[in-house]
Amino acid sequence: MNIRELLGRRLLFFDGAMGTLLQERGLAAGEAPEPWNLTHPETIENIHRTYLDAGCDIVKTNTFGANPIKLHNSEYTTEKVVTAAVRIARRAADACGRRAFVAMDIGPTGKLLRPLGDLDFEKAYDAFREAAVAGEKAGADLILIETMSDTYEAKAALLAAKENTALPVFVTLIFDEKGKLLTGGTVEAAVALLEGLGADAIGFNCGRGPDQMLPLLSELREYCSLPILINPNAGLPRSVKGKTLFDVGPDSFAESMRCLAKNGVWLLGGCCGTTPEHIRAMVERCRDLSPLPFDPKNRTVVSSYARAVSFGKRPVLIGERINPTGKKRFKQALRENDIDYILREGVAQQQRGAHILDVNVGLPEIDEPVVMAKAVSGLQSILDLPLQLDTSDPETMAKAMRLYNGKPLVNSVNGKRESMEQIFPLVKRYGGVVIALTLDENGIPETAEGRLAIAENIIRTAALYGIDKKDIVVDPLAMTVSAEQSAAAVTLEALQLIRERLGVPTSLGVSNISFGLPQRDNINAAFFTMAMQNGLGAAILNPHSDAMMTAYYSFCALSGADEQCMAYISRYSGQTVSASPAADQEIGLYDAILRGLKDSAAHSARRLLEEKAPLEIINQVMIPALDEVGKAFEAGRLFLPQLLMSADAAKAAFEAVRNGMGGEKAREQSRKEKVILATVKGDIHDIGKNIVKVLLDNYGYEVIDLGKDVAPEIIVSAAREQRVPLVGLSALMTTTVPSMEQTILLLHEEGVDCKVMVGGAVMTQEYADSIGADFYSPDAMGSVRYANRLFGHEQ
Amino acid sequence: MKINMEETLRYLGCQGHTDDPELRKTIQECTEELLQEVTPRCLYQQVAVHFTGNGQLDLDDISVVSQDLSKHLAGCDRAFLFAATLGARVDICLQRCAVSSMSRAVVMQACAASLIESWCDENEPPLSNSAAQEGLYLRPRFSPGYGDFSIEHQNDLLTRLDCPRRLGLTMTSSFMLVPSKSVTAVIGLTKEKQSCHINRCMDCRAENCPFRKGEPS
Repeated sequence: MNIRELLGRRLLFFDGAMGTLLQERGLAAGEAPEPWNLTHPETIENIHRTYLDAGCDIVKTNTFGANPIKLHNSEYTTEKVVTAAVRIARRAADACGRRAFVAMDIGPTGKLLRPLGDLDFEKAYDAFREAAVAGEKAGADLILIETMSDTYEAKAALLAAKENTALPVFVTLIFDEKGKLLTGGTVEAAVALLEGLGADAIGFNCGRGPDQMLPLLSELREYCSLPILINPNAGLPRSVKGKTLFDVGPDSFAESMRCLAKNGVWLLGGCCGTTPEHIRAMVERCRDLSPLPFDPKNRTVVSSYARAVSFGKRPVLIGERINPTGKKRFKQALRENDIDYILREGVAQQQRGAHILDVNVGLPEIDEPVVMAKAVSGLQSILDLPLQLDTSDPETMAKAMRLYNGKPLVNSVNGKRESMEQIFPLVKRYGGVVIALTLDENGIPETAEGRLAIAENIIRTAALYGIDKKDIVVDPLAMTVSAEQSAAAVTLEALQLIRERLGVPTSLGVSNISFGLPQRDNINAAFFTMAMQNGLGAAILNPHSDAMMTAYYSFCALSGADEQCMAYISRYSGQTVSASPAADQEIGLYDAILRGLKDSAAHSARRLLEEKAPLEIINQVMIPALDEVGKAFEAGRLFLPQLLMSADAAKAAFEAVRNGMGGEKAREQSRKEKVILATVKGDIHDIGKNIVKVLLDNYGYEVIDLGKDVAPEIIVSAAREQRVPLVGLSALMTTTVPSMEQTILLLHEEGVDCKVMVGGAVMTQEYADSIGADFYSPDAMGSVRYANRLFGHEQ
Repeated sequence: MKINMEETLRYLGCQGHTDDPELRKTIQECTEELLQEVTPRCLYQQVAVHFTGNGQLDLDDISVVSQDLSKHLAGCDRAFLFAATLGARVDICLQRCAVSSMSRAVVMQACAASLIESWCDENEPPLSNSAAQEGLYLRPRFSPGYGDFSIEHQNDLLTRLDCPRRLGLTMTSSFMLVPSKSVTAVIGLTKEKQSCHINRCMDCRAENCPFRKGEPS
């Protein structure tokens, strides 16, 4: 009987700590235990045997840190270490006289993934793949991914194990006393991600003792539809004279583990500080218990790295603004690779109250998979809202789902065979909740019954791929009421039918209803309210529309979804009805920039557009204002925060000017030379570069921001391909200045015709000279002054 | 954790020009926003210090070549290895802020830099109490990257304290700490009551460090 078949038939017991025992046998503090598989195989085998004698069913291999990232300085390869470790455990398990299993143990890399750290998701994936494949080949029965404190790394490991081996994969995470992962994720969000990716059992290990696991366990059981596994420490660690001690003894540990088993844990073992005595006592104390049965949870949930959003309690708001359809400025941002523009749309929608963000970057002339990857990575590095990945291109969808740190909402599948064949395998592979549009090869049915039939077919087909109904949200499609008067009624009826007969949540792109009518918000808000009354589960809408948001908050208050109207009150109390322009909006653009007033600057720029040409506004008002601020900064009368407030105000004014003059042509006119900015390879602190970017942007330069930790080759090829005459490099640390030097060297070697300016905390004129830079900028304004001198824009 | 207004203003280069009420208000607001995001954690462990001559010393089994650290730990036969972090969500908050408003982002950076210092200071009492039981006092924190104490020792401190697992604190391949608002340090244990012979980092040779304290910027 294999381990999958045994799950739920009886309790299964893991072994205890490896490191603790190795230290007793001479492993030095700070010494890596993995090479011991090759240097001290008998010691390792002896530990496994001791645990098996104590009664455990599963031994963990001594491979916690056996991956190419942790072993990069070791004389042994990952494959060699893993193969030895699994064989040792296999020998011990096979010799114990009963069926015992070998768990290939996989711990974290010890690095944080991009964009927080510098480890690429795919590099982490490759490292875990190497370990998992070697483990299976050497004869492991299952893979245990453990001590994960970051959902993204857990995803890389689980995906690598699932895609490259046929073994069952268990995953245990490490939560803190507040029930959060070290990177901030909740239990619910982590469960959504791991279940979506197909883990076979999930749970907790390390960090805390068994008693502290109990409250977390009840949270886990609320969300989890998989067998639960817990390997706690022998209490909380305590440091005494340089030694780490654990206070929970075998009997007390066993008693606590019994309590966990009674509360639904199917697999039990130990982590740091636990010994064969702990395991023996636990096995004896739990022997008479059977696994507690559980019901699969019928919850429709999506997640980000940090939080989960579930469908059902109250309508979910999906912000629709990250989408180029009908938006000139957005299209322009996409063409110019201006990811920050997309990110700002995301931040603004979150502030307005969106629960999920739709992300669509489809434009014929751009490389959609690449831009989508950048948008998804960028959004998930600054926001904790789940994303709805929205593309009709399967390649883009696959890339976005792979990179996404959570369980996404997938937009969309429909009743056409081709669509289902493309989308369902992706949902099965990466996990996700998919929006199902009720249309097929024959178009959109005119009746509610017709749309229901398509929804039924989609759900049936999904089941063939192993996708549960709970991971489908049906969109019965809002059609234009001005074209067909009964369109609203049919959609509303379909909402009800689908919910009642199929029991799945629904979603609508609400604003389609009003196409072709004046004052569309009126119709949209009324239809939205009607749809919510008919059970609408989620709406794709513009969170900046006051009418829609008011409809939502009012509906929730009236329907009882908003308990004691708290959300309504906190949003609307103290608000006056008519929004009269604030007093300071009436000041001129020049002063608004001087005083760093963002809203006023935008407002007065829009007003000025009525009397002046855009270029006049920029050259006669904005640049002189910025110059005055710049001079005050250089003279020490103003400081960085104030300089940047003016820069933010000027940026808002630019945005208004650009919007006012229909985009591209005017932008071209207002643009000066191209400048590349990058924080050099190895350096992840980019605030200095970002400050310079805002200022150069203010002065009209076309800034190509290559980001942080940028390899010399990337800078060289960008400078050459886009014929950029000026490259700005920043480095914060003495350790990363050499990469700056390498970049300059490579630019010269490759004969790229450009000047290089440098800056950063450790930089000096002398240093800059010694690495061959053309200019050293001691502060933020210096780079602007240099560019102006270089290109003859001095005023 | 407390807002250290003066220190934050110094990080912003506005030292001595503190009459701007708007800026003070922004600092207050940013700090409050950060306090919603912090997941502060801290770890320490005692090690033996052995001087092996020529500016070389061992902290237990960690061998270091550094005149500056040797000078800093002179007379100590024990030290604490120390690590503290504000957590990953602070970095996410700083990035989010940089997208929407750079002026706020620089204030936020300064506030976070000040908060991690406060967090370290707040965690010193248990260390000084345990030292006091043996009649010893703490020297100031001395971090990898100060003077000639190579930043590469970041790795030794993180490994020795098991920081990735216990604090979620890691480093990049160029030895930068991630999450960025984090500190690792060596804290000497000394018999002299006057533990700080030179004010803070003034004995550090990183003269261009933006966080250098004790002299006008």
